[in-house]
Amino acid sequence: MISNRFKLDLRAYSMITAIIVIWTLFAILDPNFLTIRNLSNLLVQMSVTSILAIGMVLIIVTGNIDLSVGSLVGLTGGIAAILQVWYGWHTIPVILLTLLIGAMIGFIQGWWIAYRAVPAFIVTLGGMLIFRGVLTGITKSQTIAPLDESFKLIGQGYLIPIFGYFIAALASILILLIMIKRRKNRIRYAFTSTSQSMTYLIWFLICISIFAFVFFINQYQGVPIPFMAVIFLACIFTFIAKKTVFGRQVYAIGGNPEAAFLSGIPIKKRILTVFILGNTLAAIAGLILTARVNAATVSAGTMYELDAIAACVIGGTSLMGGVGTITGAIIGALVMASLDNGMSLMNIDSFWQLIVKGSILILAVWFDIYSQRKTA
Amino acid sequence: MTIALQMKQITKKFAGVTALDHVSLSVKEGEIHALCGENGAGKSTLMKVLSGLYPFGTYEGDIYIRENKQCFRSIKDAEHAGIAIIYQELALVKQMTLAENLFIGNERAKSGIIDTTQSYHEAQKWLSTVGLGKLHPEQTVEDLGIGEQQLVEIAKALAKDASILILDEPTAALTEKESRILLNILGQLKKRGVSSIYISHKLSEVTSIADTVTVLRDGKTVTTCPIAHTTEPEIIHHMVGRELDQRFPKIKIPAQDVVLKIRHLSVWRQKKQLLHDLSFQVHHGEILGIAGLMGSGRSELALHLFGAHNGKQTGQVLFNGQVVQFKHPAEAIRAGLALVTEDRKKTGLILNQSILKNLSLAHLAHLAKWQWVDENREIQESYSFIEKLKIKSRTFEDPVATLSGGNQQKVVLGKWMMTQPQVLILDEPTRGVDVGAKYELYQQMNQLVKEGIAIIMISSELPEIIGMSDRIMVMAEGRKMAEFETDEATPERIMQAATGGKVS
Repeated sequence: MISNRFKLDLRAYSMITAIIVIWTLFAILDPNFLTIRNLSNLLVQMSVTSILAIGMVLIIVTGNIDLSVGSLVGLTGGIAAILQVWYGWHTIPVILLTLLIGAMIGFIQGWWIAYRAVPAFIVTLGGMLIFRGVLTGITKSQTIAPLDESFKLIGQGYLIPIFGYFIAALASILILLIMIKRRKNRIRYAFTSTSQSMTYLIWFLICISIFAFVFFINQYQGVPIPFMAVIFLACIFTFIAKKTVFGRQVYAIGGNPEAAFLSGIPIKKRILTVFILGNTLAAIAGLILTARVNAATVSAGTMYELDAIAACVIGGTSLMGGVGTITGAIIGALVMASLDNGMSLMNIDSFWQLIVKGSILILAVWFDIYSQRKTA
Repeated sequence: MTIALQMKQITKKFAGVTALDHVSLSVKEGEIHALCGENGAGKSTLMKVLSGLYPFGTYEGDIYIRENKQCFRSIKDAEHAGIAIIYQELALVKQMTLAENLFIGNERAKSGIIDTTQSYHEAQKWLSTVGLGKLHPEQTVEDLGIGEQQLVEIAKALAKDASILILDEPTAALTEKESRILLNILGQLKKRGVSSIYISHKLSEVTSIADTVTVLRDGKTVTTCPIAHTTEPEIIHHMVGRELDQRFPKIKIPAQDVVLKIRHLSVWRQKKQLLHDLSFQVHHGEILGIAGLMGSGRSELALHLFGAHNGKQTGQVLFNGQVVQFKHPAEAIRAGLALVTEDRKKTGLILNQSILKNLSLAHLAHLAKWQWVDENREIQESYSFIEKLKIKSRTFEDPVATLSGGNQQKVVLGKWMMTQPQVLILDEPTRGVDVGAKYELYQQMNQLVKEGIAIIMISSELPEIIGMSDRIMVMAEGRKMAEFETDEATPERIMQAATGGKVS
């Protein structure tokens, strides 16, 4: 009998292997791929999809779907650009209002889904069209640019090298504390646990990886701010998913809605909240995208919802609900971004990129089903 | 008369539990053969073997049709041999026409194109056979009543050249008049040489229509005899005739205050009335057994009390003297109610999650500070229930799907014990649970009763009801039929009340 924990690890390992394979392949085919400059670019490129995927995991785990996040990225990015470029707002209020609008849209969509029982597929398909329409209307089909320097930082900025090391140190200490606490608990409840020296060794290796990452990335310009946002959000949402009552109930709802209902879980409220979170994250992604390209366009974010869903699914999220991790989705986003980046570098036609990405998606899910059947 | 069907020494096991133990059944041509037994006696399992749902090789024993040995690998195989099963839940496509439904999977077509004229013509013929000649084949099924739909199902079976019909509780959802029409049709089919296997709890129907009756109990054949040589009470006796032995460690404690009082409760779901004018009460420290057959409204009562139903209600529910009407299970749990549902896999457990997470699910908010689950407390509390209930597993991180039925049921019980309820409703608490775990569950119930918790135990197993309850209420069709003190209850009296007879 293999425990759940081990199975998840197995999946994570196989995905990391997949990334290594993809990277090696591109590195051989194009010497520019493994340069620090390009990897830094890759991290920036994956950030929008990653942030969307974080929200999408929770939505899919409840057994729903959100097709509107691509249009929402465009709309919130457009609103932010209009506020700043046309109305001259400062960056901070622009960010706050944009996030609020994202949350409100999430509330509206979530309300239709949870309290009016319209299927999420339909509500968010409608949302996808509506938001794109609103965006085209309010921008009058124009590209809105340029944005303030302070705004551009969200998408184009880098942490100054010293600060990068500082955060790495902070993270290392935090990880050490968490590992010690977990080990103590596992011993207390007679779980199998790694030995003390092993714990420190693992921690040491993790620290080295973190510092090595920061060291190398600092050789270019430093840790990209959008990537920092991804890490930060991923940590927060992993915590929400695993350690809070809300998160645990979300997974229970996806695992067995009837049992969850009969255990007193307010399913409608939870689904509403999940959509508020997901669409707020879409607003963050919208801000980052607009900042990165230094403009809001009518077509911004088109088809991003599919990238996000694909990232979740490649990362092991089940469309049946109840199963999925944020870490997995981020790795899934990295797979997708690596493919995009590598193939663009090699000047492969964009039609091939679509074909390859589509095929990888199908293969990944097939592999998942296949390996599960084998272990079961 | 020639033998149409013979099932010889059928044995079927599920994960170590023997559901059928050398059961034999033989049906003559043009005979209506009734199959009787309590819930869980093995009737449905036997019919699933016969209809090919459990393919050849998953059971032991042989099936013969007109002396030819059969190996059904699928339902299709059984259909080819002339066996058609008509389920309780109708399998008609409501939006399609009668003709389309009759020939589903069996379409009247020429090179893949439906021959509409032929379909309608034949459909009309089959509809007249079952007394629905006045209907038009172009009508859609949704316009028909349940009784008519049942007849369409039969016509559909006949259209497949079925010579042996299996009817599983066909009249359960029918009115008296519809039932009479259906039984009448079966009588006519009999004259055409069609055999029917008739599963029903309504013994009055059985004695009036069947030629032969076979009684199953605990997966074994108890008796097969011509209906003329037996009586209703005798059939009941065969169905329940079991010694009440030492399997029930019942303890009795003195009567205490009333905790739950139901007054003239009637409940509707949409237009359908589920419960009719129910009145009863439960005391702290007692077990109230609710007996009845499937569809008697017992589970609906449990779900309604638990706030999971939200139907229209008249009458009152008093909890500790306060009138309550819970709108969501969360309210019921907060007030001190707990419900172990009938089907633990479908409505009790999150199968892919760990024992730990399942145990703490209903109590999670109490194990958290500012929404942050205190995992130490969670593990501590869950662990105490794992020990108390003797849940056997490698670690409590194992998914509950990997546990045996008994251990799964213990997890569900533990989940609700953790919420410290005052009233615990158990719906079929020992279904699919092995004998050892059953005993442990009973002991746990005793412990809870000692602590002053009131238990409402819904069960279809009469020995369990009689063995563990302090009082017994019998329900049928959403109504309270009788109430007994345990010492005046006998299996026969309960069965009689549950099948709608007068209580003697």
